[in-house]
Amino acid sequence: MATAFPFSAIVGQDEMKLALMIAAVDPKIGGVLAFGDRGSGKSTAVRALAALLPKMNAVAGCPYQCDPDDKAAQCAECRKPSKGKAKAHQVPVPVVDLPLGATEDRVVGALNLERALAHGEKSFEPGLLARANRGFLYIDEVNLLEDHLVDLLLDVAASGENVVERDGLSIRHPARIVLVGTGNPEEGELRPQLLDRFGLSIEVKTPEDLPTRVEVVKRRDAFENDPAGFVAEWAKEDAKQRKRITAARERLGSVAVADALLTKAAQLCMTLGTDGLRGELTLVRGARALAAIEGAKAVGEAHLKRVAPLALRHRLRRNPLDDSGSTVRVERALAECFAP
Amino acid sequence: MNEGAAIWSDAILAAALTALYPVGLGGVRVRGGAGPARDRWLEVFRNCLPVTMSIRKLPPAISDGGLLGGIDLTATLQSGRPIVERGLLAEIDGGVLLAVMAERLEASTIAHLNAVLDAHEVIVERDGLSLRLPSAFAVIALDEGIDDEEAAWSLRDRLAFSIELGGLSQADLTAASYDAEDVQAARGKLPEVTIGDEFVETLCVTAVSLGITSLRAPLLAVRAARAVAALAGEAAVRREDVEAAARLVLAPRATMLPAPAEQQDTQQQEPDDSAQSDRDREDHTPLDEVILEAAQAAIPPDILKQIQDQTLNRRRSATSGKQGMTRNDPRRGRPIGVRRGELRAGARLNVLETLRVAAPWQPLRRKAKGASTDAATGRSRLLIEKDDFRITRFRQRSATSTIFVVDASGSSALQRLAEVKGAVELMLADCYIRRDEVALIAFRGTSAELLLPPTRSLTRAKRSLAALPGGGGTPLSKAIDAAAKLALAIRSKGQSPTIVLMTDGRANVSRDGQGGRAVAEAEAHEAARQLGATGIQVVLVDTSPRPQASAEKLAIAMHARYVALPYADAARLSRAVQAHVAAG
Repeated sequence: MATAFPFSAIVGQDEMKLALMIAAVDPKIGGVLAFGDRGSGKSTAVRALAALLPKMNAVAGCPYQCDPDDKAAQCAECRKPSKGKAKAHQVPVPVVDLPLGATEDRVVGALNLERALAHGEKSFEPGLLARANRGFLYIDEVNLLEDHLVDLLLDVAASGENVVERDGLSIRHPARIVLVGTGNPEEGELRPQLLDRFGLSIEVKTPEDLPTRVEVVKRRDAFENDPAGFVAEWAKEDAKQRKRITAARERLGSVAVADALLTKAAQLCMTLGTDGLRGELTLVRGARALAAIEGAKAVGEAHLKRVAPLALRHRLRRNPLDDSGSTVRVERALAECFAP
Repeated sequence: MNEGAAIWSDAILAAALTALYPVGLGGVRVRGGAGPARDRWLEVFRNCLPVTMSIRKLPPAISDGGLLGGIDLTATLQSGRPIVERGLLAEIDGGVLLAVMAERLEASTIAHLNAVLDAHEVIVERDGLSLRLPSAFAVIALDEGIDDEEAAWSLRDRLAFSIELGGLSQADLTAASYDAEDVQAARGKLPEVTIGDEFVETLCVTAVSLGITSLRAPLLAVRAARAVAALAGEAAVRREDVEAAARLVLAPRATMLPAPAEQQDTQQQEPDDSAQSDRDREDHTPLDEVILEAAQAAIPPDILKQIQDQTLNRRRSATSGKQGMTRNDPRRGRPIGVRRGELRAGARLNVLETLRVAAPWQPLRRKAKGASTDAATGRSRLLIEKDDFRITRFRQRSATSTIFVVDASGSSALQRLAEVKGAVELMLADCYIRRDEVALIAFRGTSAELLLPPTRSLTRAKRSLAALPGGGGTPLSKAIDAAAKLALAIRSKGQSPTIVLMTDGRANVSRDGQGGRAVAEAEAHEAARQLGATGIQVVLVDTSPRPQASAEKLAIAMHARYVALPYADAARLSRAVQAHVAAG
């Protein structure tokens, strides 16, 4: 694969970077959806994340890169008591591309064609969901993906498990994935039912101020002329971010959330009229991850406020009489709930 | 040099630059129908390419399989192991893709193209195959669209150049000034060409001044400037190279004309970095102006016209992407592919695809089921399982729903109401033939009522119309709110709503049911503005005996087409509305 643009060298796009960091720290956040203008560098950020993530420990030879220390989340093969202590090795966290035009058999996995033809035997060929286990599945142009595939992916992402029944073969394997979808709203909208199932949503805008734009173009140009040199220049900064993710993951469990803050979160969701509890849970989860990233001991109001637009803006009901954007509506509700 | 000759010389330059730096610049969109100018340009382009570089056509209706590749079934079955058939996108690596009728490319084809243009590799996850094949190429998009019909924005955004050859005459087509050797020599120099920071900044400033939001534009312009310098044999980018890049890359993307010069100055001073000395700034403002002027002079006439006309239609053209307005239906429309599926009611089995899918698994299944050779004929039967079923998917233009909003108040005299009823009935009959849906909202007194939810039933519609009483106040704001709500609900189902509002525009009942013309009219205007913001198509039929200024103002607020119809009979009213709906 070609060299990725360094994560820290991305100019602006603070929300996008924040959402990806939160998802890296707490994969249970439920995926990230980024919608935005043409040429605003949505894909760049996701690909940069792949290079940034700290490596993880995995059972050697396991097609699902199971965690040797987490028995509960392992595949059937790794869990077999006969296996004893598995050999482990360090692997990069998978960031798997789901290309458009992918067929369902490659996404969920199917019989291995080569072995069926050559030896007439049935064996399971894991699909993209297996490859993305414990990592990220990236769907560019998610709004162009077939609806039935999007449904399937969201189902798997929610349950953490992929079940395949084919040709008398029945396979069940862990698929703990973070979905990252990007798209351009001008090319078709995503159904509201699907929107709601992504944890965080981001509106990516092309930066409007000139210095930022100039900086983007300059860095991109520098990167293209000498990818290796540019990456080396930013390696230190990227390493710092990587450390922040590792530290935040360790800290995540011990970050306290005060009851008063939970009430605030609930109040905010009620003001906005979001359906169901999903919004509230994501809001609190996201705020906790943010607190962990910033090294705070407890979640503060500031964390909640920063995460609220990301966690809630795609859950609002469309109001035909209010033509202001959903971001504005979230901000208005924030001002209302956090009024002194 | 006259105008045509200048366009042609820039077009030739674009051809040479693309031949020189195909991967970095993405390619060229060529606007205009087939003709001698386009043929000539393509010939010039071919002559600039090294002989080893291939050009292949991308047919507009290419299938995903043909584009991305898949299993070569015949070879696979013969050899007993999977044989990969590479798709066009992988085959074209190092060459040029000629997209004929680029305006007709499917959204999915465009998306595949974009993905490969961005990542320089084809990722295939199909038919049991998992491959990554490197592929880098340039695209020449022959865009033959007329008026609004154009090649997809997302593709145009990735191609550096856009040229318009429609208006050229034979005399303009002068001899080409570049050949393959020039281009070859320049290609060697390209990696060494440097560009000054001030030029990068200038290109960014120019892009902003022309209202170009995408950051790909200045980036492509920077690369183009380098390529122009390389073609001229220079080691560093000069002012004229930047000028050419702005003309070729930025001008065709302009969405607005730059603000007058004095405003320009104040705009530029704020963002300037404090680290920069004043002397720098003095040097640099004139440079920006020179480049901006060059770019502005090169804005193609049709785009210039669009910019000037766009006051009213801007929002609509930005949001109503045509691609989003099609939907999938199990049975009708154009086939757009197959998917795995169950044979439910309405699904159409694709026999060929089903057999294709089942074929490789036959030996395996036979083995599993034991010998299943038919004793009588001695031939083996195909073993097809449920998972093999492939369903043809269709796409059709989305259904249109017309929402009639009828003013049944006292101010619309009863006579007019009868005409309106007659017209609606005529249109209903027509909608019925086209299988469109119709909804009816009537407003009078203090409320707006949905008399008929979207339906195709002609009898139901007629019955509810006949029963519509008249008289009372005009709660116009409520009517507009109700129509907007219904239209948004219809749109979220993937259909295209059109509102036909028949009123004299004289609101006199406000949302809270109180009388009072001033408040009611202000409210109606506000409601109209919000409806306008949704981009939903509206036709306002002014039914008052004399055309009313208030109705026309309302139409402007909701970006509606305004039709004044004093003393019209039902048939004329119907024809007028039909014409306006069809035009949208």
